Amino acid sequence: MPENSHESVASHTVPHGPEADRPTFWTRTRRRIGEPVVEACIRLSGLAVVAFVFLIFLFLLKDSLSLFREYPLGQFLFGTQWLPISDPPQFGVVPLLLGSLYVTAWAILICVPLGVGSAMFISEVAPKHLKNVLKSLIEILASIPSVVLGFLGIIWLAPVLRNTFGLSTGMCGLTGSLLLAFMALPTIISISEDALTGVPRTYREAAYGLGATRWQTLWRIVLPSASSGILAAVMLGIGRVVGETMVVLMVTGNAPVMPRSILQPLRTLTATIAGEMGETVGGSEHYFALFAVGLVLFAITFAINFVADLFLRRARK
Amino acid sequence: MLQAIEGYSQYIMGPRIPTFLMLAWAAVVLGGCGESLDPNEPQGFIQTKGSDTMVNAIQMVSEEFMKEYPHIFVAVTGGGSGVGIASLINQTCEVATASRDMKPKEIEMALQRGVNPKEIVIAYDGVAVIVNKNNPIEKLTIEELHRIFTGKATNWRQFGGRDVPIVTLSREVSSGTHLYFKEEVIQLGQKDNKEEFSKETLLLTSSQAIVEEVAGNEGAIGYLGMGYLSERTKALWVGKGQEFHPPDIENVLQKTYPLSRPLYAYTNGEPQGIVRRFIDFMLSPKGQRQFMETGFVPVGETVAREQP
Repeated sequence: MPENSHESVASHTVPHGPEADRPTFWTRTRRRIGEPVVEACIRLSGLAVVAFVFLIFLFLLKDSLSLFREYPLGQFLFGTQWLPISDPPQFGVVPLLLGSLYVTAWAILICVPLGVGSAMFISEVAPKHLKNVLKSLIEILASIPSVVLGFLGIIWLAPVLRNTFGLSTGMCGLTGSLLLAFMALPTIISISEDALTGVPRTYREAAYGLGATRWQTLWRIVLPSASSGILAAVMLGIGRVVGETMVVLMVTGNAPVMPRSILQPLRTLTATIAGEMGETVGGSEHYFALFAVGLVLFAITFAINFVADLFLRRARK
Repeated sequence: MLQAIEGYSQYIMGPRIPTFLMLAWAAVVLGGCGESLDPNEPQGFIQTKGSDTMVNAIQMVSEEFMKEYPHIFVAVTGGGSGVGIASLINQTCEVATASRDMKPKEIEMALQRGVNPKEIVIAYDGVAVIVNKNNPIEKLTIEELHRIFTGKATNWRQFGGRDVPIVTLSREVSSGTHLYFKEEVIQLGQKDNKEEFSKETLLLTSSQAIVEEVAGNEGAIGYLGMGYLSERTKALWVGKGQEFHPPDIENVLQKTYPLSRPLYAYTNGEPQGIVRRFIDFMLSPKGQRQFMETGFVPVGETVAREQP
């Protein structure tokens, strides 16, 4: 492959004639020395990525384990109180974990039907000019910084939700879920849309040929054929939602309670790390506790990616 | 809205400011090299970090300071008193600002790392308790605040207000104001008191976020440094026993307002060189006037008396 591309470049720059095909001194040298060097570089960057992931994991593990020298593991995993600056401190991760799960679950419930629906509309139903407009709008949507969404959340969405549901405060889990759903939408729409467009024309033609309506074709033929891609889109969306920090830190109220309802203030894993990291002194118990929270978060995202990968493989077979 | 953006700017560009500003400073200094730069003129870079309560005041002081010493660059970052103290211990800032004093545990940790914290009182502040403008409540005692913030009282009706559930707002745990409020109101000044903020308390990331929520929510009550008081919310008169006082300069100065506290700057050891100049400038009448303009109470009586 690389050789071909070299020669195609050469044939563009050098005019016709037999000399154009003969490798010059420089191209020969480049092949002899250049290619192994490039190959080594590529291999090195590939290995570096693997090494970085591994090192990050080790680093997280090392600092989290330091916590459990002073603080019992059981109390961390099953404790229901997060009181980091009290004396003695309580580092129970359960309220934070549940907070993250509540917010994520609701965000997914909101954004998956919406996202897949829009993708179906864009790829199958919308006329061509509308399709292009929608696609670029979705790209713009993806480029809104999360902190800006957080603001809209504080200034506009939270008061609206407070009045609609008659809540005591609009800084609650649902505000976070709605904004997170909004953030995950572009990912889900564009990847699902790619998957739907990727379904071969012949499938559709065969379905129409058998007398299927447009809806039947879309629902029974196209959607199932694209299911692996759509699943990947959903998983990537979930990954984005679980890891998102700024929005939840700003709008969910961050009260470390055991959540009972999504209409209540709650605190997520990510918001805890972001909100508290700055004030911890390197090497203190609180510092290690935040690393342990990070490890829990890492385990969750790792599991999600793993499951997504498993589904993708199964779908391919 | 812009003010609100400032509250969050630490997250967007927190770590970037120093690098960017350092480059700017380098450009200024190097650019000036060609001209005659008096080698005796003080120059350098000072990083201050810490209290969000004071961040606006410190920013104004440092702007004045940089006018006087154009070759010294001061970068001001917030994050909370805990952040400032942690970075002083981690040696990533020259001056830590804090709205609470260092805990014995922090001092011990600092000494272990070869940092010898030196405490300087740079201004005084009252912690104001704010409610929505439509809330008919005008004054509360410390005892009543304690019941509200620990979750023992949950409706404004209990204090003669409307039948609206109380929503308590607090700053994040990195805030010095959070810690001060916890000691004075939640623990009622008793160190061995094990009471905590009600778990339903919302922990917000900036004083500005507290203002936003209180301004829009009739049931909300929050606390913040006097510097953040505005027309959009109502500050309560706070009392111990029967005597109530509003959070203003006179009452903080006389210590009659019960939630009055000093604001600190911490340096590593006795301040030297340009850091010394910066601290001296903060304590000078010129620096203290900046604190007063941003709503704090100056340390020197003379400056306080100057006000009309």
